[in-house]
Amino acid sequence: MDDMIKRAGLGGILDKIKANERLTLDDGAALYRSNDILALGYLANLVRERKNGNNAYFIYNQHINYSNICTNLCKFCAFGKDASSPQAYEMTIDDIRQKVRERLDEPITEIHMVGGIHPDLPFSYYLEALAAIKEVRPEVHIQAFTCVEIAHLAGIAKLSVVEALKELMVAGLGSIPGGGAEVFSPRIRAKTCEKKLSGEGWIEVAKTAHRLGLQSNATMLYGHIETIEERLEHLDMLRRAQDETGGFMTFIPLAFHPKNTELADVAKSSGIEDLRNIAVARCFLDNFPHIKAYWVMIGIKLAQVALSFGADDIDGTVKEEIITRMAGGESEQSQARQQLVRLIREAGRVPVERDTLFNVIKTY
Amino acid sequence: MNRLDQKIIDGARISRDEALTLAQSFDLHRLGFLANAVRQRLHPEPRVTYVIDRNINYTDICVSACKFCAFFKAPEDAAGSVLSFAELGQKIEETLALGGTQILLQGGLHPDKPLAFYEEMLAFIKGHGIHVHGFSPPEINHFAAISGLAVREVLIRLQRAGLDSIPGGGAEILCDRVRQEISPRKCGTDAWLAVMEEAHNLGMRTTATMMFGHVETLAERIEHLARIRDLQDRTGGFTAFIPWPFQPDNTALAHLAKTSAFTYLTMLAVSRIFLDNVDNIQASWVTQGPKIAQLSLFFGANDFGSTMIEENVVAAAGVHFRLSEEEIRHLVTEAGFTPCQRVMDYILVG
Repeated sequence: MDDMIKRAGLGGILDKIKANERLTLDDGAALYRSNDILALGYLANLVRERKNGNNAYFIYNQHINYSNICTNLCKFCAFGKDASSPQAYEMTIDDIRQKVRERLDEPITEIHMVGGIHPDLPFSYYLEALAAIKEVRPEVHIQAFTCVEIAHLAGIAKLSVVEALKELMVAGLGSIPGGGAEVFSPRIRAKTCEKKLSGEGWIEVAKTAHRLGLQSNATMLYGHIETIEERLEHLDMLRRAQDETGGFMTFIPLAFHPKNTELADVAKSSGIEDLRNIAVARCFLDNFPHIKAYWVMIGIKLAQVALSFGADDIDGTVKEEIITRMAGGESEQSQARQQLVRLIREAGRVPVERDTLFNVIKTY
Repeated sequence: MNRLDQKIIDGARISRDEALTLAQSFDLHRLGFLANAVRQRLHPEPRVTYVIDRNINYTDICVSACKFCAFFKAPEDAAGSVLSFAELGQKIEETLALGGTQILLQGGLHPDKPLAFYEEMLAFIKGHGIHVHGFSPPEINHFAAISGLAVREVLIRLQRAGLDSIPGGGAEILCDRVRQEISPRKCGTDAWLAVMEEAHNLGMRTTATMMFGHVETLAERIEHLARIRDLQDRTGGFTAFIPWPFQPDNTALAHLAKTSAFTYLTMLAVSRIFLDNVDNIQASWVTQGPKIAQLSLFFGANDFGSTMIEENVVAAAGVHFRLSEEEIRHLVTEAGFTPCQRVMDYILVG
């Protein structure tokens, strides 16, 4: 296999990965530019197996999108709606309580809750939402509010990010999802999501959360108008932040779904492109414990294969995730636990059900 | 590098046991690397071919009642139908207008239509000047039974009427234990292979398929590959091999789990490595979708199959992937290959 990597012109990177040395931005660019997806997969798999052995993780979770009303209206998003749109909705605290109650008979360990940047909901709404979930399901871990939402909440509460996070933690916030990162580059943000929190602002919120003991995830939305250099700049900012705090658990490359967005003329990402982003991230982000293949975005078939291309996590049993569905995501909307276990086994991996913080619930 | 890998890289033939070892290895990179090496030896040009054609099913009425099929209607079912020549003509004209070069013509095993009916159908289609890739071995066998003629005679008559080549359908798994269980009324392994051998001897090219992931064992899949390889050694008549996983929805075997992408890529790679005498291996985008089909180009496939202007059989099993010629070309280009339109015998168009 080493011969094949050398023939693909990636021998130097192979040596570094074997020696557990950090890859440079140039190394990252060489990986992104390589057409040899098997070589990329092999390299990423070396890192993946060193960090996570043969384990493939999944979680039993529930998604709640409390509102799609959003003032940012990013061009790549088919979910966010202006408050005046007939498709706009917002859940009451009772609606949220009801959502949680509906599935009390299932062994859900995590509630994943995100929404738009809502212009009017008061800070107390978010605190009450967290408290309501905990009231119905006290043991559940709540992973909620992207860094973008956190910055917005601090703004409306007229609190510092630290103070806002502290109040949210008291109300029940357990960790922070990785959304809203998109691509950090100011050029990309100016063109696709000019109203959104800046890349540096996003990193700052994440680091602040980490210092308070809240772990978080990170994402990158690829496959729209970003360059390879901009992807690497994004990964590099994450790697440096992680060196400082160590608070990131998982990196999740997100494939852009063009349908129903303002960028609908962009081609949908291909399977090779999806695997390439997973593999490069696994090689480059040497200080991230986990890389997730989010099956809702790339389909369950490719997510299974991605377990050999750098990913060690395929998210969970997701139901009612509507952000991707609004953008024409064609994956089935839920995967039974039994199905995930079978797919992981068929890929020659060990299925491990985890909680949000990667404590093992059960090895199958 | 281990001995088996070296043997494959050196272009030597592998045994059934060695194929079984590979199929059980769970080492996807290694399989991809080996299959890709074989593919590059056989196809040094960085090219991926595809054909523009339409699957026309002349009837869904079928006496075979295979358990894996969601398409057929039993003869007593009033919902079954036979396509009129007018409908057939319209479908052919639409195909030609889209740059199509052939019709894939297959249907159920109709209880009463005489051989002359199929001869007339062929003559009608040939009147439009298009290649007819038609009648899989179970159909040919059925025509022989209905007409009381030998398979060879049936083939000669169909060839005279305009049949150009024969699709590799109805092979399922070429192992009689499996056939008894899932399709007891369909022709057996030897009969399937005998039709192909006669066709090759008459100068007709054919393809071969394998439908896996139902009641067969891994060893039976390898046996299937071995039967194809043995016949190919004698005739050289197969142009391509097309493995695809059984799609269980709406069939009598709906309780079976769907084959995963990992297993598909594994079988694709093993097929490429084992069938050293079959030139082309097709990806099955119609069952796997665009992402996995694109990835299959690194697991032994050098052909994207057909644009399938129309497809009914897999769709009946609840799988609805669609790809235009433009999308196929985009996927192939993005994977680093040049997309090229071809005809049935893999000669390039234009």
